[in-house]
Amino acid sequence: MSTLSLLYFAWVREAIGLDGETIEHPGPDASVADVVALLAARGGGYGQAFAEPERLRAALDQRFVRLSDPLGSGRELALFPPVTGG
Amino acid sequence: MRRIAVSEADFDAAAEIAALEALGGGAVASFTGIVRGDDGLETFRLDHYPAMTEMQVGRLMDDALARWPLLGVVVLHRVGVMRPGDRIVFVGTASSHRGAALESCAFLIDWLKTSAPFWKKESFADGSARWVEACAADDAALARWT
Repeated sequence: MSTLSLLYFAWVREAIGLDGETIEHPGPDASVADVVALLAARGGGYGQAFAEPERLRAALDQRFVRLSDPLGSGRELALFPPVTGG
Repeated sequence: MRRIAVSEADFDAAAEIAALEALGGGAVASFTGIVRGDDGLETFRLDHYPAMTEMQVGRLMDDALARWPLLGVVVLHRVGVMRPGDRIVFVGTASSHRGAALESCAFLIDWLKTSAPFWKKESFADGSARWVEACAADDAALARWT
C-alpha cells in the first residue's frame, strides 16, 4: 500500500495539533483539494483548519502546486497558509 | 558566487557586502530586512518548511541569474524567535552594472516575500499572538517582474 506524507505549517499545524502524519495514498488522480476535503471531513481541528480551502496553499514534493493539481506520484504534501517571509 | 543560508543565527551584513565587493564587479546592491516594533510587538517567530526552503530560495536565485548578468548573489534568511530591531533577511547582489545589481536585489526580495515557505507569528506585550496575513501589496509588487 502506498502512502502520502502530510506536513502542516503555521495555523494549519496549530489547529490540527500535529506537524504531520502519514495517510493511505488516495491515488494519482486525486487532487490536493480532494485530500483537503478528506481531512476536513474528520471534523474537530481538521474541520477548522480546512474549512476554507481558498485560504490554503500547498506544496507537493517541495514544489508549490495549486489545490486543483493532481497528486500524481507525489509522496509528500504540505498544507499551509499563504507564505509571509522576508 | 552563490550563497544561501537559512538559520536561527544573526548575520553580518557588512561581511556579506564585503565579499560581494571583492568579486570585482563594480556594482553591489543589498537589502536588509529588520523586525519592526509596530503595535506593541514584543517577539516574532518565523517558521519554515526545512526540506523545501533552501531549494525554493535556490530556484528564485536561478531565476535571477537567468535574468541578469550577476557575479554574485547572497540570500540569508533567519528563522526562529526575533525581536524588534533584529535583522531577518539579507539579499545581496554583485554585477558589472548598477541596473542589474539593483533590479535583481529587488526581484529577489519581492519573490522571497511571496514565494518561499516562511510564516511569521507575532506576539504582543498584552499576551496576544497572531499569524501574519499575506499582504496584497506583496503580490502586487510581483507585477513588475512578469
